Amino acid sequence: MTTPDAPALACPVPLPPGESVLLGHGSGGKLTADLIRSVFVPAFGDGELARLGDAAVVEVEGVRLAFTTDGFVVTPRFFPGSDIGALSVNGTVNDLAMMGATPLFLSAGLILEEGLPMEDLRRVVASMAEACRKAGVRLVTGDTKVVERGGADGLYVTTAGLGVVPDGVDVGPERAQPGDAVLVSGPIGSHGVAVMSRRAGIEFDGALHSDTAPLTGLAHAMITAGDLHTMRDATRGGVASVLNEIAEASGVGITTDESAFPILDPVRAACEMLGLDPLYVANEGVCVAVVAGADAGAVLAAARADPMGSAAAMVGTVEEGRGVRVRTDLGGSRPLVMLAGDQLPRIC
Amino acid sequence: MRYVDEYRDSHIAKGILADIRRSVTRPWTIMEVCGGQTHTLIRQGIDQLLPPEVEMVHGPGCPVCVTPLSIIDRAVSIAKRPDAILCSFGDMLRVPGSSEDLFMARAAGGDVRVVYSPLDALEVARANPDRTVVFFAVGFETTAPANAMAVRQAKLQGVENFTLLVAHVLVPPAMLAILAAPGNRVQAFLAPGHVCTIMGWTEYEPITESFHVPIVVTGFEPLDLLEGIHMTVRQLEEGRAEVENQYVRSVVREGNAAAMRVVAEVFEPCDRAWRGLGPIPNSGLRLTEAYRAHDAELRFPEVVAEVPESEVCIAGMVLQGRAKPHDCPAFGTECTPERPLGAPMVSTEGACAAYFLAGRRREAVSS
Repeated sequence: MTTPDAPALACPVPLPPGESVLLGHGSGGKLTADLIRSVFVPAFGDGELARLGDAAVVEVEGVRLAFTTDGFVVTPRFFPGSDIGALSVNGTVNDLAMMGATPLFLSAGLILEEGLPMEDLRRVVASMAEACRKAGVRLVTGDTKVVERGGADGLYVTTAGLGVVPDGVDVGPERAQPGDAVLVSGPIGSHGVAVMSRRAGIEFDGALHSDTAPLTGLAHAMITAGDLHTMRDATRGGVASVLNEIAEASGVGITTDESAFPILDPVRAACEMLGLDPLYVANEGVCVAVVAGADAGAVLAAARADPMGSAAAMVGTVEEGRGVRVRTDLGGSRPLVMLAGDQLPRIC
Repeated sequence: MRYVDEYRDSHIAKGILADIRRSVTRPWTIMEVCGGQTHTLIRQGIDQLLPPEVEMVHGPGCPVCVTPLSIIDRAVSIAKRPDAILCSFGDMLRVPGSSEDLFMARAAGGDVRVVYSPLDALEVARANPDRTVVFFAVGFETTAPANAMAVRQAKLQGVENFTLLVAHVLVPPAMLAILAAPGNRVQAFLAPGHVCTIMGWTEYEPITESFHVPIVVTGFEPLDLLEGIHMTVRQLEEGRAEVENQYVRSVVREGNAAAMRVVAEVFEPCDRAWRGLGPIPNSGLRLTEAYRAHDAELRFPEVVAEVPESEVCIAGMVLQGRAKPHDCPAFGTECTPERPLGAPMVSTEGACAAYFLAGRRREAVSS
């Protein structure tokens, strides 16, 4: 078949994202990455920003500070196993922990919609306080704004966090190298499926719970146990997106085994029913870690000894090359690409 | 996980693959009709494991792919009306119309909601009595009964603001169109297991007789597909052309009588244009006279300009099994899941998207 010139491709249906922000720009997939690269990074031209880690690491008078911020807009605000309050604390704490930092201080900005039941607000704030206590961080400053009814969906929370990276710890998205082992710290997909099931009004015998939790202790245990190169909190876009980000930032390839990923049965069942791939479903208490091959066993053992990592598993290896591949149980393989936007439930 | 892992056992799979290798003596071209089957074949890499004599080509059984441009444009124009709420299954939202998709209609202020069942859309209609709720009824015989049931309930309960934008299509007329087309390469079919769960397989018996093609009703798990392919290859090698049923745990010859009754009460066959295939007589469904009041096309009769499909996008050839996705010059370059040129690149069930996500590139396949 001859290849026509590009202008001859006068197909009536090419629909690039265009000049409006779409929901897919917030999915954590390729559209999000494109937005960050084309709008945010060039505007500020900052090397640490361009590193695109879970948190920035900046040095002030000999002290390495980890600094991060995150916005939380989840619907519904209360879901099986947790709520937007605990999520907003754990999300930021985990971003700090992924750089090997000890999280210390948080700020919170709340945007409230006129008419939000005070009871809901109290419940969210109590949940935030409890999460801070569990994670061992202090929430030391905050801000509140109220918008007119219809201007927000109940409440949005933005948190920022500050932590200190101990001497000798060097964890970063660009440090994965051939020969490293890839670990995940726990069963994947639980948070995303729990939220989705509540949003869709789908009940799965109450067996689905969000996994939101602080990963500080687990991260510390793993870093102490061996030469840990990279850690990422596998939130939006799931494990698949994070693996792609690591492969790209480090300029390496990653091969994984589909059957090696720990997944709870109810999560698998829900994904089968909804036509979703659990590798792309969001987590809130699961990290991906890349470890020097020789230390993989020791780090895995340390992870499993921590209550947050009891189901940790080795899922793949880092190789020369680029991109992420997954081997199927039947012996085939396919690349694990970055999705454009959110996964869409299939028709049949 | 029970009822899933049994059908993905790699030892059994290797055994069936060996059986297929032993059975096959010359090249055969088999079409799996349903997009769900394509998805499994490609996702699990089954097509790479088959002997080279067995070529799988991908059929038109992806509702997202075959829904005509004009109906998508109509959905987009309805979605933008302030007096309407458009409810749809998720993967229709990214299907490009002639200038916009439903995600863009939503970004422009349209009320577009993803639902998991037409009965959810009926609930939306009850909760919003002052607006017309339009459920985008796409799909094959599989999704027709639930959609029929939703309209039937709406009528019984007097929910007058619940309507369907009907884009239903039927499998047997499309198979006939593929077999009758000049240049047809398809020598046997894996018939879609879920469609047959509803309809049974009596409709397929005349097709095997007229065209002397084997048809095996097949499921969607890896072992289902391998077994279906093996049964098909054996028929081809033995010169038989019969309807056989691999998907015995779900399908009986007569189908699901209750489901067929409600479909026959609410819908009637009509001519329908298929995206990529063109018009096929009696290949679609529309609401019967008794339910016409719930027809969104009559409720919102705005004229939608007919826009011709691209002459470059080879979706039509792909959907007829006459070309592979990577034969298209735009595949993976100008046409990707983020920026689809044609519908088969949109849904993960679409042959082009399945190929793309599985990393099938022209250089990889032609080697």
